Amino acid sequence: MAETAIQIRHLYKIFGGNDRAMVEKVKQGLSKSDLLAEHGHVLGLKDINIDMPAGGIQVVMGLSGSGKSTLIRHLNRLIEPSAGEVIVEGEDVLKMSERQLRDFRRHKISMVFQRFALLPHKTVVDNVAYGLHVMGKSKAEQRQGASRWIERVGLAGYEDNYPAQLSGGMQQRVGLARALATDADILLMDEAFSALDPLIRTDMQSVLLDLQKELSKTIVFITHDLDEALRLGDRIAILRDGEIVQQGTGQEIVLDPADDYISSFVREVNRGRVIEAGTIMDSTQPAATANPSSEAISVPENTVLEEVARRMTEEGVDRAEVTDKSGKTVGSVDIHAVMAGMATPVLKDAIEDAGESRAS
Amino acid sequence: MESVFKGLPSWMLEFPQIAGRDLRLLSRNIDQHYRAFSRAWGDSIESFFRPLLDFLLWFENLLIHTPWWIVLAVIVAIVWFASRSIKITIGTLVALVLIGMFGMWEDTMSTLSIITVCTFLSILIGMPIGIAMSRSDKLQAAINPILDVMQTMPSFVYLIPIVMLLGIGIIPGLIVVVIYAMPPIIRLTNLGIRLVDKEVLEAANAFGSSGWQKLIEVQLPLSLPTIMAGINQTIMMALAMVVVASLIGVRGLGQPVLQAITNQYFTQGVLNGMAIVAIAIIFDRTSQAYGKRLQRHREASHG
Repeated sequence: MAETAIQIRHLYKIFGGNDRAMVEKVKQGLSKSDLLAEHGHVLGLKDINIDMPAGGIQVVMGLSGSGKSTLIRHLNRLIEPSAGEVIVEGEDVLKMSERQLRDFRRHKISMVFQRFALLPHKTVVDNVAYGLHVMGKSKAEQRQGASRWIERVGLAGYEDNYPAQLSGGMQQRVGLARALATDADILLMDEAFSALDPLIRTDMQSVLLDLQKELSKTIVFITHDLDEALRLGDRIAILRDGEIVQQGTGQEIVLDPADDYISSFVREVNRGRVIEAGTIMDSTQPAATANPSSEAISVPENTVLEEVARRMTEEGVDRAEVTDKSGKTVGSVDIHAVMAGMATPVLKDAIEDAGESRAS
Repeated sequence: MESVFKGLPSWMLEFPQIAGRDLRLLSRNIDQHYRAFSRAWGDSIESFFRPLLDFLLWFENLLIHTPWWIVLAVIVAIVWFASRSIKITIGTLVALVLIGMFGMWEDTMSTLSIITVCTFLSILIGMPIGIAMSRSDKLQAAINPILDVMQTMPSFVYLIPIVMLLGIGIIPGLIVVVIYAMPPIIRLTNLGIRLVDKEVLEAANAFGSSGWQKLIEVQLPLSLPTIMAGINQTIMMALAMVVVASLIGVRGLGQPVLQAITNQYFTQGVLNGMAIVAIAIIFDRTSQAYGKRLQRHREASHG
């Protein structure tokens, strides 16, 4: 995962007739509101730099209007940037000719859309086979390639239905199968699950994580939902008003939010599902010597706190040894540390507030 | 009122006109040039349309000279396979039988043949123009006023140059009908393609579709309901031109109507008019039912 699949360098997007000239003005410090007021141009993206890991899930999170959907469309050049570079597996997407771009989209990169964007006049199997059809594969190859993925996303038996006959969740399974069927290394998912009911959304997230375990694709996932971002993302970039405000793993962002904006986001997060045992363990006190009398369980360092707490409760112990990948014990956590780690700042503030008011 | 404006110069009281002599000269000049043009080019233009004329005559003869019951059976079969509706099929059968019994079979066959050929011609020329228009705003801006002229100019007006050029007969009649009937298919093809869901089009792009693949796989199928409405309108407008076209010698149901007008034959006029209405309804219902059948996926809802 150390390898970088997609690099975005100094990417700018300005909407308006004279965008190139405006980039220079923005670089010199013109603000978004001044750009709109004085020049009638809209700043979409400003100086975006992201390295996306190969074989991992990169989440780009932001609220509506933050520019996240604009950003993802630069990766397969559905939108032309005003300035910057998008390098995918060593190749600059923005320098491709029309023909190269078409081949790139056919073989290297595929996309899942927020509102599914299925072809309403084609059956499920023909929708899934669309990418193969565009490549010019034979009918038999199309059918074969498509049915494999239809089965994989759990839609076997629905091959000859039309999209309008399926529920939203099923339609997005078709969308996912369509994107996977081309065997592209890179999968772009533009708010792919945002239009689905909460239960079905969680369900689809599991489908995606299962598939990813087996396929190890480079996935770029756009969402406005922090819980979804934390569940799926190996790395997360947070976008606000067209600028990246913070990048890192979910844990890094939750534990060390870059500014008040992000703090307000992560406040509501279930930290027990994000923070790992390795992060809060006490490594100065190797477990074996610490308190040999009490029993302890052993957990890998990337186990989330909720899971550690659950296992401690099950086993009836109040301490756990934390092991690294090789199985060596590298530290320990006790139940108090786990509880403290899971408590959200909201709770802490509330307790402090309560304490203060009582004191006064 | 008159007294108020009395002192004004004459050009303010009466609209300053081009002198009558100049106007006559102008129109005589234009007419002469056009006449010279048609003398020089009329024959080659006519020979250009020759294959079309041959086809039309062959088709008309086929409809007229094939025994009536075979033609009737074929039409009813076509209606059935296109519409899959018993109501429409029986209606067609009854209408055609009545037309035959009232002695209008041959004229109806002539009208049917010219309408069919005009419709196909309009689609053949109109759809590519509509597709081109949908791809360029400039082209759309250029063609729209032309379509407005084609639709609103009284058809008798463009009858004149066409008759001057090609004389009286089926081909000039065909051209007049096509000019009048083509705008809807052009307009609605353009509109239909422009209304195709942007997201679906974006998906087609994201998978690397070429322009042609987008047109065939996405734009045309998704704009089909609108295009079908255009074809339907085209047929109706072609039928509306039957009487006008008979003025310049197109055979069919228009001629007895024309005769009825000049001789005040009320019944003959009404009967032939009803036959035109019957054909219009058959075309309309059949093409609409066919269009609907092509759109079956729209009716399906999940549940």
